[in-house]
Amino acid sequence: MTEPNMAVSIAGVTLKNPVMTASGTFGSGMEYSEFFDLSKLGAVVTKGVADVPWAGNPTPRVCETASGMLNAIGLQNPGIDVFCERDLPFLRKYDTNIIVNVCGHSKEEYLRVVDRLADEEGVALLEINISCPNVKQGGIAFGTDPRAVEEITRAVKARAKQPIIMKLSPNVTDIKVMAKAAEAGGADAISLINTLTGMKIDIERGRFALANRTGGLSGPAIKPVAVRMVYEASGAVSIPVIGMGGITCADDAIEFMMAGARAVSVGTANFRNPTVTVEIAEGIRDFLVRKNIPDVGEIIGCVR
Amino acid sequence: MVKEIAEVVYQSEIATDIYSMLLKVTFARDAVPGQFVSLYSADGSRLLPRPISICETDAGSGTIRLVYRIAGKGTKEFSGLEGGDRIEILGPLGNGFPIDEYKDKRVLLVGGGIGIPPLLCCADSLEEPVFAVGYRSETYLLEDLKKRGEVHVATEDGSLGTAGNVIDAIKADSVKADVIMSCGPMPMLRALKAYAAEAGIPCYVSMEERMACGIGVCLGCVCGTEHVDEHSHVNNARICKDGPVFDAKEVTL
Ligand SMILES: Cc1cc2nc3c(=O)[nH]c(=O)nc-3n(C[C@H](O)[C@H](O)[C@H](O)COP(=O)(O)OP(=O)(O)OC[C@H]3O[C@@H](n4cnc5c(N)ncnc54)[C@H](O)[C@@H]3O)c2cc1C
Ligand SMILES: Cc1cc2nc3c(=O)[nH]c(=O)nc-3n(C[C@H](O)[C@H](O)[C@H](O)COP(=O)(O)O)c2cc1C
Ligand code: FES
Repeated sequence: MTEPNMAVSIAGVTLKNPVMTASGTFGSGMEYSEFFDLSKLGAVVTKGVADVPWAGNPTPRVCETASGMLNAIGLQNPGIDVFCERDLPFLRKYDTNIIVNVCGHSKEEYLRVVDRLADEEGVALLEINISCPNVKQGGIAFGTDPRAVEEITRAVKARAKQPIIMKLSPNVTDIKVMAKAAEAGGADAISLINTLTGMKIDIERGRFALANRTGGLSGPAIKPVAVRMVYEASGAVSIPVIGMGGITCADDAIEFMMAGARAVSVGTANFRNPTVTVEIAEGIRDFLVRKNIPDVGEIIGCVR
Repeated sequence: MVKEIAEVVYQSEIATDIYSMLLKVTFARDAVPGQFVSLYSADGSRLLPRPISICETDAGSGTIRLVYRIAGKGTKEFSGLEGGDRIEILGPLGNGFPIDEYKDKRVLLVGGGIGIPPLLCCADSLEEPVFAVGYRSETYLLEDLKKRGEVHVATEDGSLGTAGNVIDAIKADSVKADVIMSCGPMPMLRALKAYAAEAGIPCYVSMEERMACGIGVCLGCVCGTEHVDEHSHVNNARICKDGPVFDAKEVTL
């Protein structure tokens, strides 16, 4: 059989394969570039960046849970200026798409980042994080109210030069409502899921395991929830859906795609295996070959 | 920095719940004193790395020695490994002690509790190492230390050396040094920082924090710093990447 087509397209941007990194689990790629060639990825999604540096939360910020982890980093980041001067030039050296994940406490803060990125060469897409459970204002506050989702989406869309992906929170009663709100606001794509709010108590010390008390649950533990939400969201909207949550291997990625994801992001699994993303891309290809499927597009949403 | 499957050459229990493990790795010659490795559980439900300091390296045989205490499920699992078994490892990680700068100086290597192991490889690169070590009661690695230099001991119950902590031992034995390099519990590091400031000598501390990536990506393992850090331009350095060794003056303890 001839080589299957692995490319997918999101809002006019072609990804050479459907595998990208999940924001916050890959930095700006520098550390992982010591393990493999970032050009092998469909896209690199960078850590959330705000208009100014954010110090993040007190420690402990991470802890392990069964087949998962909780994090409450609190979006520590160097701010958009350092990001544009240091991280973007680094990423431009690679033949991959750069997707910048944007965070803020208010609409104005999101817009400042979006404006600053307008003329930055090589930024293919923006991913707007309206779903971080670890910052008090902004973040998830926008992501759990459909009117707020639509409003922030519209405001960002009006200013952004690049197509926008709205990153949705799973901490809602009905993900379809949020997906539709993002679509109504003009989103070019949606991505999900961000982490599920959780808590762990250290019983020996009689204290919260995380200084922030609550944190976001990620890793294989959340995968079935994520697959279900990707399935529901992709059935509710006609814009592309990027699926994530607990992906550790090609089989997981294929599951998300069959549920309706056009591309997938791999997060926590990077911590365990630095080359997991390229292994997943290769594994998807091998699956297509084995099943005699000429185009990866054929598996997207094939289970209905 | 490589991720690989290492072979366990040998493992033994050297004190109650404290294990010494010799691993064959490809990076033994690259490791410097104060660096650590991440060990991974064979149980897929335990995702995160267990950071363990490098205790000794032998470039010739391509081995590293780790000494660790059973602290939970992961280390319990590792303690069951025997010669010939395999384990996932990532290393060497972080920045070590500024050994070269103080090679020919009188360096006081201070360790408390399970912070003693990395002092061994420090001593192996120094001309005149002096140790001050604190134990609760039962000692471990003491013979290894004595082979390398002068040792001042403190035990909490007074069963050996000075009764009390390492600072008590340093004071009781009037130990003099040009610089301090240390690893151990936070209260000890805090006391050492104050002691070194008073004595007017530099002090380097090896820090500990919960880690998720171990390579500087997730920003899980930060500690407060005096100056704006290189990475995020706030006052939070990454212990796994910018540390674990810091100038005590530079970090909030
Ligand atoms: C840089 C560094 C070097 C270290 N060197 C040594 C050493 O040489 N010898 C030694 O005995 N111990 C060392 N530790 C502590 C060691 O990492 C923990 O004891 C170990 O991770 C416990 O794992 P567990 O699965 O047995 O415990 P669990 O409590 O079951 O672990 C649960 C989670 O918490 C993490 N965790 C628990 N305790 C600690 C801790 N103190 N520091 C960081 N993470 C922790 C684990 O990695 C794991 O992700 C070091 C820690 C750091 C940060
Ligand atoms: C340590 C850590 C940091 C994260 N930081 C961000 C972030 O800055 N912005 C964001 O949109 N999502 C962030 N996330 C969420 C991930 O991008 C992803 O949505 C989530 O972890 C689920 O995927 P996973 O199970 O593959 O990790 C973070 C997750 C982790 C574990
Ligand atoms: S453990 Fe991820 S930055 Fe240190």
